[in-house]
Amino acid sequence: MARMKFLCDADRCIECQACVTACKNEHEVPWGINRRRVVTINDGLPGERSVSMACMHCTDAPCAEVCPVACFYTTDDGVVLHNKDTCIGCGYCSYACPFGAPQYPQTANFGTRGKMDKCTYCSGGPEPDMSQAEYVKYGANRLAEGKLPLCAEMCSTKALLAGDGDIIADIYRERVVTRGYGSGAWGWRTAYGDTVTV
Amino acid sequence: MTYLSRLIVALSVVMAFGLIAPQVQAQVNPTQSSVNEDAMFQALGGDSAVVSGRVTIPDRGAGTLISPDNKAWAALQGRTLHTLSIWAVIGMVALLTVFYLIRGKIRVDSGLSGRTILRFNWIERFAHWTLASTFIILALTGLNLIIGKSVILPIFGEAAFGTLSAYGKIAHNYLAWPFMASLVMIVLLWIIHNIPDKVDLVWIKQAGGLLKKGVHPPARKFNAGQKFIFWAVVIGGAGLSYTGIMMLFPAEAGAQADWQFYQIVHALIAAALSAIVIAHIYIGSVGMEGAFDAMGSGEVDENWAKEHHSLWVEEVKATQKRNTTQVTTPAE
Repeated sequence: MARMKFLCDADRCIECQACVTACKNEHEVPWGINRRRVVTINDGLPGERSVSMACMHCTDAPCAEVCPVACFYTTDDGVVLHNKDTCIGCGYCSYACPFGAPQYPQTANFGTRGKMDKCTYCSGGPEPDMSQAEYVKYGANRLAEGKLPLCAEMCSTKALLAGDGDIIADIYRERVVTRGYGSGAWGWRTAYGDTVTV
Repeated sequence: MTYLSRLIVALSVVMAFGLIAPQVQAQVNPTQSSVNEDAMFQALGGDSAVVSGRVTIPDRGAGTLISPDNKAWAALQGRTLHTLSIWAVIGMVALLTVFYLIRGKIRVDSGLSGRTILRFNWIERFAHWTLASTFIILALTGLNLIIGKSVILPIFGEAAFGTLSAYGKIAHNYLAWPFMASLVMIVLLWIIHNIPDKVDLVWIKQAGGLLKKGVHPPARKFNAGQKFIFWAVVIGGAGLSYTGIMMLFPAEAGAQADWQFYQIVHALIAAALSAIVIAHIYIGSVGMEGAFDAMGSGEVDENWAKEHHSLWVEEVKATQKRNTTQVTTPAE
């Protein structure tokens, strides 16, 4: 089984936000919820870089550690998913996540949090694959269709890579060697304990 | 040297640099000098740094890109507090069981007199029971958030446990308000009786007579043990209220790290106060004969009162006597 990961090659990202749009469209994500976002570091300064960030599907995910109702689970592909039927919207995962992935719809007065929503690595939730119930709660299940996450698939500069961690690390490594520089695999050390060394 | 030859030298120097200079610049690739994750973390102060930038969406908080310190809080909340909370409860229950097995139920040594004396009026009992009932629900639902996943989840299954916890969360959020209101009532009603004084020293020296039969140190309305409970509840309750409000309104709490701090303090106070209250419930019910009446009917047996609150009984008798004297003495 593959160990699915995301890697954003910031030296290629042009901050076009297409990954954000693709994600919202593919999963019919409600207004105000951003499963993926693009953050620009050193904005306006020489050498600024943009990084597309979503759930990194961490090894030993901290969200799962703090969840009071244990609604998180890791699939055989290493994707961290959660059960919205169990989620109580307490918000703890948003404080545990190093990447700001968990999102909440406002459901009631005083900004009461609804059930948490986050990137599913385009692989749905606990419901049967590609079922209507799964689509309504979590969006499309592209992994079950044999496809990779749409954000990475349609990235125009191929900055955002998705796939088996070893393979995308090799691709990134080759790029860094060829062009002679790289700003690093953003978030990898935090999410997986080790970054991509060249 | 003539003026002309100077000019030629100067021009040739300028030209020479002019030819070399662009070549030097051309070797610098501007895209190479970009930010680098490892260098950035080091520059910002190691692993506890937070890397953030600009986002184009209205949620400015989304500009925080990586904050590795959140994992430290996750470990603290998910493991340390989990273990600590379990041991706080189990430890206190075990301690009380041992105490009960050795000391047994503390009886009224001189037997029940049959005569009663009013200890807590209805408003004191109302405040106490509002505080007590909300605290118990708050403690159970709060404890459920910390240890429910390893204690209740295996019994009820994920679906039922999720539903239970969702209602528990709502109960916790809303019952916090009557808890705080009754906490204020308790302070107003009893703070005057709970100022530590010299009598408490004797009580503490004799361990309140809890350990030995027949030992009854003097006490006013509240003995040193009850004063301890009072201040633990008032200070702990105030701490829980403040940190709880900050957790309910995260925007008021400030940054993520501030919220995490409030959560840890909230859980620590809750664990300590729960353990203290378990002991309080024990001594007020099965642990001591005649104690429950104080908060049940409000009327306690006179012999119980004399043994545990001798000075208070004298005060009450004196007041009664004064009142009756005033009534029976005819106006001149």
